[in-house]
Amino acid sequence: MRAGLLLRGLLGGPATVAAPAPATDALAELARTVDAAARRRLGRSLSIREVDAGSCNGCELEIHALNNPVYDVERFGLRFVASPRHADVLLVTGPVTRNMAFALRRAWDCTPEPRWVVAVGDCGAGCGAFVGAPGIVAGTGAVSEVLPVALHIKGCPPTPMQLLAGLLALMEG
Amino acid sequence: MTLLAPFAPLPAHHPWPRHVVDEATWQAVGARLGDGAADLLGLWGEPDAVHLALHRGMEQGVAVVSLPCPDGRFPSVGELHAPAIRLERAVRDLWGLEPVGASDLRPWLAAVDQPYDFLPAEGPGLHEIPVGPIHAGIIEPGHFRFTANGETVVRLEQRLGWVHKGIERRLAGTGLLEAARIVARVSGDSTVAYGVAFARAAEAALAVQAPPRAQALRGVMAELERAANHLGDIGAICNDAAFTLIHAHAALLREGVLRTAGELFGHRLMMDRVVPGGVAIDLDEAGGRRLRALAAEIRPRLAELAAVYDRTPSLRDRTVTTGVVGAALVRQWAAGGFVGRASGRDFDTRRDLPYPPYDRLRLAVPTRTTGDVDARLWVRVDEVQHSLGLIEQLVADLPGGPLTVSLPPPAGAAEGLALVEGFRGDVLVWLRLAPDGKVARCHPRDPSWFQWPLLEAAIEGNIVADFPLCNKSFNCSYAGHDL
Repeated sequence: MRAGLLLRGLLGGPATVAAPAPATDALAELARTVDAAARRRLGRSLSIREVDAGSCNGCELEIHALNNPVYDVERFGLRFVASPRHADVLLVTGPVTRNMAFALRRAWDCTPEPRWVVAVGDCGAGCGAFVGAPGIVAGTGAVSEVLPVALHIKGCPPTPMQLLAGLLALMEG
Repeated sequence: MTLLAPFAPLPAHHPWPRHVVDEATWQAVGARLGDGAADLLGLWGEPDAVHLALHRGMEQGVAVVSLPCPDGRFPSVGELHAPAIRLERAVRDLWGLEPVGASDLRPWLAAVDQPYDFLPAEGPGLHEIPVGPIHAGIIEPGHFRFTANGETVVRLEQRLGWVHKGIERRLAGTGLLEAARIVARVSGDSTVAYGVAFARAAEAALAVQAPPRAQALRGVMAELERAANHLGDIGAICNDAAFTLIHAHAALLREGVLRTAGELFGHRLMMDRVVPGGVAIDLDEAGGRRLRALAAEIRPRLAELAAVYDRTPSLRDRTVTTGVVGAALVRQWAAGGFVGRASGRDFDTRRDLPYPPYDRLRLAVPTRTTGDVDARLWVRVDEVQHSLGLIEQLVADLPGGPLTVSLPPPAGAAEGLALVEGFRGDVLVWLRLAPDGKVARCHPRDPSWFQWPLLEAAIEGNIVADFPLCNKSFNCSYAGHDL
């Protein structure tokens, strides 16, 4: 029975999908938000700390999928880490709630430089379904209301391929 | 419940009765809940009234009980029936209504980033371990305060509310379609269940029925959602016991479900595919064949994974007898889904408060009695297999006809209540429409409200290192709870 699993692994070919091209709009945004000197430090390999700052958990499901054998994000040198102290990138989902704003700032304060924020989802960009809700920051919940954002990856939620295309733009520097 | 007989049900509320009662009757209802004569399904507020929903068993069904609060106070139900305590604290935070006689008046969804009086636990050798709100992993935020004696947890107290967005206030005054989009994002992993619950509440309020084809497609999407979530959880539980083989394979099966959903319904999580009045997307015959092929592919591969789980002593050593919840507690809390069923609570709204398309399907409800991590995992395995069978039944016999029914403007006051079986358990949506057809008031209640407190009980006496395992086996929603 376990032989069946192993045999399928041997004969079935890889589950992994080919890498998408880096998203062009992400490259353009990074060219605006990150200066050339800092861009040179991006790339090669990045450690990512995910912070849910108010999400419905839809974005988390798809970010999770990046670690499955189909998307296997570690093959690009992108690694999710447990502590912001080990991170280069905070991958933040929103809308940022008033209750989470303080914790989000503290996670940022714990992240060593050089460091970048990637805001995920329509909510993280301040244009999601909850705009106008009383419990979110500035009425939009945009991550940029709390932290400087280098890159937005929109979608509700963005698919794993959209997330990959955005993150690979970050690797291009 | 003869208590409610003197209070005629309001004609505007569908499909179950709503009784506006006096204070003495409200308290008597609370006492009956405390006696176990009925299950509490929800308790929510608005600026000048509180409501509770209860289920009195198969014969007497569901009822909503309302108490006007002209002076901003209501007798506490939580004092008589503990499962109401957190709900009342939320009502106090959100609507400013005082639960008179309540002994726990700490804020719950408000002021979450302020200092909080955790309940004291004192004794030689005890120490506290604070965890969160940000956890080590791709997880939603919440705070857990453990008191431990060495490695043994003697108490866990949760502090939730971090992702409170103010959804209920946001919903007031929105049109039905916009409100449906918001309710579909109360808990993203249950977007289909919430979509169906909101649509059914709106349809009940407007006295219309979605067409048979739409009902069947809702069923297909709901079962895909259930299968995808359970597959993810089965893998994640094994991963927390350091058994990554099952995790990787279960993730592949989950990904197969999501990709199929994405290709057939245009969205991997099927968000916004259920709309008030019907569904927003059709399924053709080729799509039906794809779903049958998906079911045929997953069924043996899941059975194979379950067999690996069953025959791996090092894995079962971590899950068997870990995180036990007793039958009495799940009955008292009326805990739905795998949390209730793993401790012997044989309840499923698809069977016990049936709604289309389940009223015409063969449906089995798997239960276990040991109430541990192992039982919650097995209930999920069985439910995935049943969901695949339901999908096959549905696509084999898809009714023809339209996908939506047009929604008439409300004829005066219009209120609806819906209970829908999400993957975690029963999702409740209560809705009142204004005369212009917009949402006057909407309350979505996640199954997690009646499961989170049981996690505090489950971890008692277990070692700290087993908490992730227990937590994953519950997989409660933070977003769905925090609103």
